[in-house]
Amino acid sequence: MEKEKFLEVRNLKVVYQTDAATVHAVNHISFSLARGETLGLVGETGAGKTTTALSILRLLPERTARIQEGEILFEGNSLLPLSEAEMRKIRGEKISMIFQDPMTALNPVIPVGRQIAESLILHNEQGLSRDAIEELVEKSLEMVGIPASRKGEYPHQFSGGMKQRVVIAIALACNPDLLIADEPTTALDVTIQAQVLRMMKDLRERLGTAMIMITHDLGIVAQICDYVGVMYAGEIVEYGRMEDIFDAPRHHPYTLGLFGSIPDLESDARRLTPIEGLTPDPSNLPSGCKFSPRCPQCRDVCRQKAPDIWQNGQHRIACHLYSGKEAQT
Amino acid sequence: MGQETNTREYKKYKKESQVREIWRRFRKSRVAMIGLILLACIILVAIFADVITPYERAIEQHGADRFTPPCGQYLFGTDHLGRDMFARIVHGSRYSLLIGISTSLLSLVIGGLIGAFCGYYGGAFDNLVMRLMDVLMSVPPVLLSLAVVAALGADLKNLLVAMTISCVPGTVRLVRSVVISVADQDYIEAAHSYGGGDWRIILKYVLPNAMGPIIVSTTMNISAMILSAAGLSFIGMGVQPPAPEWGSLLNESRAHMFEAPYLLYVPGICILLTALGFNLVGDGLRDALDPKLKD
Repeated sequence: MEKEKFLEVRNLKVVYQTDAATVHAVNHISFSLARGETLGLVGETGAGKTTTALSILRLLPERTARIQEGEILFEGNSLLPLSEAEMRKIRGEKISMIFQDPMTALNPVIPVGRQIAESLILHNEQGLSRDAIEELVEKSLEMVGIPASRKGEYPHQFSGGMKQRVVIAIALACNPDLLIADEPTTALDVTIQAQVLRMMKDLRERLGTAMIMITHDLGIVAQICDYVGVMYAGEIVEYGRMEDIFDAPRHHPYTLGLFGSIPDLESDARRLTPIEGLTPDPSNLPSGCKFSPRCPQCRDVCRQKAPDIWQNGQHRIACHLYSGKEAQT
Repeated sequence: MGQETNTREYKKYKKESQVREIWRRFRKSRVAMIGLILLACIILVAIFADVITPYERAIEQHGADRFTPPCGQYLFGTDHLGRDMFARIVHGSRYSLLIGISTSLLSLVIGGLIGAFCGYYGGAFDNLVMRLMDVLMSVPPVLLSLAVVAALGADLKNLLVAMTISCVPGTVRLVRSVVISVADQDYIEAAHSYGGGDWRIILKYVLPNAMGPIIVSTTMNISAMILSAAGLSFIGMGVQPPAPEWGSLLNESRAHMFEAPYLLYVPGICILLTALGFNLVGDGLRDALDPKLKD
């Protein structure tokens, strides 16, 4: 059962400190990932998904964000004590990121080919010649389905889906070991979404890249992920293999709520059943279980005490409903 | 454009092909081309001033020919000391262009780097520098240049230093504010995620995206600098007589505004055309450099 831990996040706690308030964005989350695996982080907006991703790359805004507790281990080494210069060697080469909005993630005044070359030039340890880099640029464009002849064009000459492909090509240019995709398809329409997802899946299989897929779309999770972490108010409330989340009998009430919020082809409902209420203000989180104010199965104990973790194999749920119960087999 | 030509055209993006691309876009604006031709003429005159007319003619005094209106012998007439205005204008272009271009480029480089640094990093350093700039800006620029020239001594080199110092605060403020808005963009964060260092990001990502307003303000600065050099020359703190400089020509002629108005028109029009040329070229350049406006 012990898998090789390639990325390990232990007990991570991140706060944003401003004059007005202290925002608890990520609260004691832990997860790990082996080579070639894909982890999906799902949750509503403001659940701390992007903050988690940015802390792995150490790209949190310096002035306000602070990693208060926890450790991030990458290939067995902790990332947090590294200097900025050491971190730069990792960014782009070992860990790279696909940004949420391709419309704004590309530099508008540089041709796309050169933007792809950028990380190759920055991490050019083998001393590749200019021509060799150009060749790699062309190859990576073609890999994401863009004719190499378009490398001299500027971002505004591409459509949204094409831009996202460019962003992906940049992220994959150095063959990173870990790819963090922050809602890579949110800004795209559904048909392009499907193409991009299929492409990412292909690339993952071909290159063996581990991936963290941040999304709020359970459909994407079902298509692409091996493991799923459901995040709520900066915590992972449920974690497990994809089958655990989709098929196991026990779930966190929040996960059930998320499933209730997707349209279902088979049921003849006129309205979806959303989760009542709003995500709690992260600068003023409720005591006890963070989900208790919105939970349909909330009991007294939920408001007073943070829940223990119920575990069955790799499936973990942080909820009072299951605490003290034996794992079902 | 067919696929084939596309491939050929973008096979390699060498520096020169990009320059050619910018030139192609620049050429499309008729107004910018007029500006460029204007500037080219003025710059050629400045370069070949000695060929056009010897420097001696610009300082020789012909007492008998004072206030001669424009005629065959003196194309632009003569001034109150009987010096040939045409020669003075031709040789004055050297000083005026030198002062205008060098001070604004110098202040662009110095102010641009300081401003980019402040806008990008912010924090205590930014605060300190900006307060310093506030102090400099609270003194009128001409007085500031005057103080610097008075301290260093009046000659051309010190004039350039003084005018650069008075021009830098405005550039710092401008660049800083543009950089702040650009540094917030997602592509800057993305550049960090590729592993780019701060200087690389400032030079390759932030500044090119902030170029538009910076180019326009620099070309405007050139004309403003020519004019303020004129003021300083007038009170004896700038270009020393008898050396001709357009601004000082203008100022010398002010006393004889009514007897000899042509003495005002000629240098005035020269300054105007130079300023116009720089502004038109600046506008055209900004448009040509912005890939979003590319056909």
